[in-house]
Amino acid sequence: MNTVIGKKLKVATTSLAGCFGCHMSLLDIDERLFDLIELIEFDRSPLTDIKELGSCDIGIIEGGLCNAENVHVLREFRRQCKILIAIGACAINGGLPAQRNQLSLALILQEVYHTSVGLANGLIPNDPELPLPLAKVRALHEVVNIDYFIPGCPPSADTIWKALNDILGGREPELGHGLIQYD
Amino acid sequence: MSHQLETALHPSGLRRVAIDTVSRVEGHGKVTILLDERNQVQQVRLHIVEFRGFERFIQGRPYWEVPVMVQRLCGICPVSHHLAASKALDQVVGATRLTPTAEKIRRLMHYGQILQSHALHFFYLCSPDLLFGFDSEVSRRNIVGIAAAHPEIAKRGVLLRKFGQEVIRVTAGKRIHGTGSVPGGVNKSVTLEERELLLADIYQTVGWCRDAVRLIKELHAQNPALYKEFGVCRSNTMSLVGAEGELDFYHGSLRARDGNGGILFDAVDYCDYAQYIQEEVKPWSYMKFPFFTAFGKRNGWYKVGPLARVQNCDRIPTPLAEIERREFIDYCGGLPTHAPLAYHWARMIELLHAAETIKDLLHDDDILGDDLVRTGERATEGVGVIEAPRGTLIHHYRVDEDDLVTMCNLIVSTTHNNQAMNEAIRQVARRYLDGCEITEGLLNHIEVAIRCFDPCLSCATHALGQMPLAVELVDAAGVRLHALSRNGDGAVCQPCA
Ligand code: SF4
Repeated sequence: MNTVIGKKLKVATTSLAGCFGCHMSLLDIDERLFDLIELIEFDRSPLTDIKELGSCDIGIIEGGLCNAENVHVLREFRRQCKILIAIGACAINGGLPAQRNQLSLALILQEVYHTSVGLANGLIPNDPELPLPLAKVRALHEVVNIDYFIPGCPPSADTIWKALNDILGGREPELGHGLIQYD
Repeated sequence: MSHQLETALHPSGLRRVAIDTVSRVEGHGKVTILLDERNQVQQVRLHIVEFRGFERFIQGRPYWEVPVMVQRLCGICPVSHHLAASKALDQVVGATRLTPTAEKIRRLMHYGQILQSHALHFFYLCSPDLLFGFDSEVSRRNIVGIAAAHPEIAKRGVLLRKFGQEVIRVTAGKRIHGTGSVPGGVNKSVTLEERELLLADIYQTVGWCRDAVRLIKELHAQNPALYKEFGVCRSNTMSLVGAEGELDFYHGSLRARDGNGGILFDAVDYCDYAQYIQEEVKPWSYMKFPFFTAFGKRNGWYKVGPLARVQNCDRIPTPLAEIERREFIDYCGGLPTHAPLAYHWARMIELLHAAETIKDLLHDDDILGDDLVRTGERATEGVGVIEAPRGTLIHHYRVDEDDLVTMCNLIVSTTHNNQAMNEAIRQVARRYLDGCEITEGLLNHIEVAIRCFDPCLSCATHALGQMPLAVELVDAAGVRLHALSRNGDGAVCQPCA
């Protein structure tokens, strides 16, 4: 990995409507994490306590959009990050959560909160503290421009490592044989 | 077991403090607090703000897809969902008993999962609070800060998690969202080379897990009052225990105790869970609130997870962890502890137990076998229960004659702890916030209490680790009075209104 010596690149990550599996796969780089933090500095990420997203070189987003808040966070990432990477099936096409798109949201809420097994009371949560769900789960590129897509559910740690290495080194990421996978 | 502070008597006119843990950031959960004019806390709530509806859209899918699909509930403990669903579907395909190879491969996978998840939680997420202090500098409070200040601890955390992930890869085919378990058994066993690979590291792993228990004990000893009193929430507890009352993460029957340790029910077949547990829905959270039916909503809530399990079982069936369990029970004076920070100690005892169990299983030749799947008389319904890293996980399915799922009910581990987490943050708010000005350190105290439970808000939508915070004080008319946030270098700042 060769970056401009002395300057750490800022990387922010977030999970929207994802399962954190893509973040786990990033951590699956194992000891290479210690090499990575020599080259980058984490800005806002589930791994840090930083609240406000600062201006970043790279933003990595896991998960699609399932509520209004996800859209807000995504726009914020696009505004602040020079390079935006959609990581994993959920970010690229909605992934498994998008299975709900063939059903009406009202029906799903009804079944989960009114008619499912073992409920003491039926009631659909509606407090103003809860962000409004979107009628359909959406992919990130439907809302903002995305620079790179890394497929997989999740992409393997080696795939993420290779893509990050290329980008950190100022090269177009190239994922060769064995690194692109869709499961 | 009160519900004090859940709902303010007279909410109008109170100031609202939103500890927006994740809403504008991770999008998963947040805390709100209502204060009166003297800053006395009147209401505190942990809201789970994301809704995904897995239970509904699993319906109509062929049953054999389910163990692979449901893993996408959670990338942190996918194996737990993979196996709970497989166990439920074992009943559907009539596999009343698995082959020894299948049972042991699944156990190996599951104990690998416990090891990696506990290591992730302790080393990557919580150790900064415990090693640096709850109100230490924000910019250090992460794994990078640990790597700088305590490189050996960080390195071991990373390598312990790696080992757990490798056990999963070998047994499930992939580190995250593997496919190794199928209704009726498994689709692969372990080769000799794979066994050698894991055996090469297991002894060091067991040793490091012992050191981790030692580390948490030292932290307790340095500040016993804090560790005993912080956020205490007295409640019932529940976990699976094995046939002889021993700790078992993979299989057993349900046992519950009251806050004094008295048995409420025991040896309950988990297929009957619905007779014992009901769930309440509250308008302000997408996460439901389970309780023991016999004791009602007010008194029937309970805790699950490491603290419940280690105190609920009669013994731990591996020697080193059993010694640690006894020491823990003695330290607590033989009485149940309800201190959230004690979760960490219990979790490290389980980490050690998981490593010892993996070691034993690796020496068992059954894991090399090739008799993998059983089936028998078909059934239309199945319940699978497992002790996931965060506690009891319940999967329940009905399947029709076309092999399609017609009903799915999931009670994930974190959901059981919903009321307990709410109570813990109410205790912390009462103790540290009442009558005070809000500070960044206070916010982290609330987070520390939530973090003890290792909530997997991805299973109920997950927020991983150190949740960024923003706090806003708004009067009843919605006018912002005061705002605090942590900025990029971690300092608390007060934007001008
Ligand atoms: S792509 Fe897969 S691993 Fe990544 S967040 Fe979505 S479900 Fe999880």
